[in-house]
This record gives sequence, structure tokens and C-alpha cells, in this order.
Amino acid sequence: MFYREAGDFKTSYRDDSQTFPIKFDRYRYYVVLAVAFGIIPFIINDYWANALLLPFLIYAIAAIGLNILVGYCGQVSLGTGGFMAVGAYACYKLMTAFPDVSMFIHVLLAGGITAFVGVLFGLPSLRIKGFYLAVATLAAQFFLVWLFNRVPWFYNYSASGQINAPERDVFGIIVTGPNASAWATYLFCLIFLTVSAIIARNLTRGTTGRTWMAIRDMDIAAEIIGVNPLKAKLTAFAVSSFFVGIAGALFFAVYLGAVEVGEVFGIQKSFLVLFMVIIGGLGSIFGSFAGAAFLVLLPVVLKLIGVDLLGWPTDIVAHLNLVIVGALIIMFLILEPHGLAQLWRVAKEKLRLWPFPH
Amino acid sequence: MLDSSEGYVTEDGRKIGGVVMEMKNITLRFGGVVAIKDISFDIREGEIRAIIGPNGAGKSSMLNVISGFYVPQEGEVWFHGAKRPPMRPYEVAQQGIARTFQNIALFEGMSVLDNVMTGRLSFMKTNIFQQALWKGKAEAEEGENREAVEKIIDFLEIQHIRKTPVSRLPYGLKKRVELARALAAEPKLLLLDEPMAGMNVEEKEDMSRFILDVNDEFGTTIALIEHDMGVVMDLSDRVVVMDYGRKIGDGTPDEVRNNQEVIDAYLGVSHD
Repeated sequence: MFYREAGDFKTSYRDDSQTFPIKFDRYRYYVVLAVAFGIIPFIINDYWANALLLPFLIYAIAAIGLNILVGYCGQVSLGTGGFMAVGAYACYKLMTAFPDVSMFIHVLLAGGITAFVGVLFGLPSLRIKGFYLAVATLAAQFFLVWLFNRVPWFYNYSASGQINAPERDVFGIIVTGPNASAWATYLFCLIFLTVSAIIARNLTRGTTGRTWMAIRDMDIAAEIIGVNPLKAKLTAFAVSSFFVGIAGALFFAVYLGAVEVGEVFGIQKSFLVLFMVIIGGLGSIFGSFAGAAFLVLLPVVLKLIGVDLLGWPTDIVAHLNLVIVGALIIMFLILEPHGLAQLWRVAKEKLRLWPFPH
Repeated sequence: MLDSSEGYVTEDGRKIGGVVMEMKNITLRFGGVVAIKDISFDIREGEIRAIIGPNGAGKSSMLNVISGFYVPQEGEVWFHGAKRPPMRPYEVAQQGIARTFQNIALFEGMSVLDNVMTGRLSFMKTNIFQQALWKGKAEAEEGENREAVEKIIDFLEIQHIRKTPVSRLPYGLKKRVELARALAAEPKLLLLDEPMAGMNVEEKEDMSRFILDVNDEFGTTIALIEHDMGVVMDLSDRVVVMDYGRKIGDGTPDEVRNNQEVIDAYLGVSHD
């Protein structure tokens, strides 16, 4: 009953263009932030961090990044895994080369380097679109994984060909390596996610976001009314890769600790993040969160119900997971192309009028 | 009636200024097809200039040449007294030429407000870092431009749909939103490609009123393509008539109406 915009008057354009124009939404957002920063760090344990929270936070960053490219700018990319690998290897090289520098700086720089690589591989988008661009980014995916596998400089000539995250800290608090505590890694990733989401929201509600969406919806008309397609597409690639690179760096350094590139950042990773964006909702920041949460939770919940409760064999449950994800993708593409975010929006619109039907 | 390069006064007493845009001997070919053949005409400040002609006469191609989408093989485009070098369409837009499209080209996934805001792109000066920060310059800029956009939204009477996604709007309103987006750029020259195509009489009357109001209130120079002869003859100050890529007439509506070549090619013989 209290989800209402009636009586919530805006007297300036600034109020009208804020992220949560409805008061109830705004308070809910503050509550979520307070719980995430103020309560969860005190009750977190290793299982929760590693099974749920860290993958959710990191995938959400990657999904926001990919959503900017695919959902907002309409440039299909299958190279997410490759760009995450760039972030991870850039972070690794920086961590080993400058051991005394704060981990924050390393992750940010890794994002910056990925943004640069992303722009390079985004150049074909100026000529080709749709499926053809998807294939071009697929080439980026395979090339980058091949590169990190074959050039020993990237993994510091280690015998195994793996990269291992050494112990690094932020203001004296260890966030990487085996001795990092769960709350520290959680907070570290949460800060990156929060800032990424705010930046993504600011960009998408302003001029840059409008040029991206203009290119997505009708590129020729966009150019004729004054959108520079080169600038719009390349900024989308840069910002997107920046977030994806940060996600890759965190995935390697904070979450896994040791990475074999073909296994972790292969084509499956690209598809996984793309599925998050599709299920969550193309062109929606909230959708990136929803999609990441959904695909991280699904296997855990299935395992809880299937293996622990019903006593099914593990491999059947694992395959069931794939079947469900596949079915959901098809279902969403046919029934609700805008994903969970659209379902959420529709529910909110209904709530505003509830209990009246119109 | 065209006295000199200094301009002229229309029948209803509006003063028309000097030449804003001049097309000199434009020829446009697509392979072997000659879409526009050696056409010259000018558009003067503050006037409503119509381009008419039968289907396939090359009207839309002409508009596309003006907006920089096609580059003519021969001829020169002069804008504000300077020869325009070949440039990309978005650079032409930044010079102050805005347009609408024959088949509505709105951004379907965005709200009406966002669509119109996109029209103000040339006024947006903040860089991507300031926008990422939002607080400060970007927010102030957004507010200022929002105010300008709201004036246009008021002017075109589309307040009630400003937050509606464009894809949900009926055809007539979409045409009006498209006009709003073009107006938001505060253009020096506004190109309208069949603004009344597919509309019923009431919608046409509304649109005609808006076009006249725009010209009257903002002093915007307008070049339009239209098939409805009644509308063209009533709205425009001067008319260019094209047929098979050639110019066969140019002058006031009355002059054009009495031009034998135009009558033969297009209007048909009068029955009364």
C-alpha cells in the first residue's frame, strides 16, 4: 500500500532524474546498502563468501560491463571471457611487478588496460554489426586465451603455466592469497561493485547513455541527428571492458587465487555472462544484478534440493542445471526479451496501483 | 517577386532574409541511375521552402544531400555563405541542420524525454568522466538542457507522454516527437521529410499548425517535402518542383501552380 508516487512531488529536474524517483525505492536502496556494508561483513563465513557472495559480486560487475555493451549500445560481444582474462593477467603482472602498491590501484589499472584492449577489439564494430561483430569478438576471445597460454612472459615463466595470486593488501588488510579473511575479500569486491553500479547508472542516465541507446535503436538516424558513431561505440567498448577487466582481476586475485586461462576464462565464461545479461534484462543495471544472482544461486539451490534433500547423484543435478539454464534462456528470449528486470518493472507498475486494476 | 539577394516579404507580411543554404548544380548518381541532375536552388532565412514532385523524383535524395547522408558527385553545397566540404552526417548536424524522417526514425527503446534530449547533443559539453561522477557539471548541464527540452515539449503539447517509451505511442504522436527531437537541436535549418505522410485530416491540421508556429515563434528556416498539395500550397513560401531528378519549377505556390511544365508533369490538368 505504501508503494506510491502520489504525493511525492518533484520540484526540480534534478529530483526528477535521480536514480530512484520513488521514495519507497530510495529507502529500500539505502537499506540494501546498509545491510550489505554494515551487517553482512560481521556474519559472513568462508562458505558463504566463496559459494555465493564473491561470485555474485564479481559476476555482477562483469554483467554490468557486458550490459553496457550489449544492452545499452547494442554491440553483441562474445569476448567477455577473453577480456576478463586480460584483466586477470594485467592484475597478475602488476601485482608481481609492484608488490608494495595497494591492491585497489592494481585492480583499477587492470581495468584500464582491459579498456584499452577492448577499444582495439571494438574497432571492427565501426564496420560490421550483429552476428558478424559477434564472430569478430569471438576471435578476440580465442586469440586472447591463446596469447596468455602461449607467451610465457604473461605467466612469469612458471612451470605449470598457471598464475597464482600472491598475498597483497589494502591499507594493511590482506585481500588476496590464502590468508585473506572472508569479510575483507567480500568488502573489497562490494566496494568495486557499488562504485561500478553507480558509475554505470550515471553514464546511462546522461548524455553518454543516450548516445549509446541511440546507436542501439537506430544507428543511421543517430548519426544524422548528431551522434558520432565512432565515439559512441568506442566509449561503450572502453567502459564495458573496464568493468569486465575489473571483474576478471577480482575473479583471479580475490576469488580463485590461481588461474589456468583456458579453463577459467574460456568461451563458457563469455556465454555465462551473456546469459546473465539476457536473463537479467538487456539495458538494465538492476537486470545485471538479477541475472548474476540468479545464475550464481541456481546451481547452489539445485544442489541443496537435489543432492542434500532428495539424494540424487551429483552429476544428474549438475546436468539438470544446464538443462534449466538452457530452457530459461529460450523462455526469456521468446516471452520476455527484457528479462527479470522487466518482470520487476511490471510488478512495480502493478504495485503502484494496487489494489485497483487500472 | 524575388527582388534581390537581400530577401523579400511574403504575402502574409513576414520578412524573409538572405540565403541560408544554396545548392549549386547538384548531381547525384547511384551507379547508372541519376537521382538528381544538375539542380540548383536556395533556401532563405526564415522561409518555409517546399520540395515537391512525383514518386521517385529525387526529393528525399535531395534532403539526404543537404543533411550530408549522400555526397553528390558534382555540385556544391553552400551553407551560411561558405562552401561545405564533404563531411559526415553528424558533423552536418553539429552545424545546425536537423531533420525528421519519412519513416519515423525515433529511438524505440527510449522514453519520449530521452529521445528529445538526444536532440540536444550539440549542447552537451561535459566529458565522460564528469558524467560518470554525475554530481556537479554533468548534473547542472542535464538540468539546463532539460529545461530547454521541456519548453519544446510544452510547445508541441506532448507533456502527458514524456516518460512513455516511444514504442508504445501511436503514429501521429511519434511524428510529433520526432519534430520535437529535431527542434531540440535549435536548428538553423530544419528539414522535414513528409511530416504529414499517413495522417488523417485532424493530425495534418495539427502538424501544419505546429510547422507554422515553429517558423513563426523561433524563426526557424524550414525545408519540407510533402505530397499533400493543399498543405504544400498553403504552408510554403516558395516551392521547388522536381521530376525525374530534374528541377522543372521554382517559385511561389501561385507561380508553380500556373507553370505549364509542372501541371503536365505532376499536378494534372485542372477540372474546374
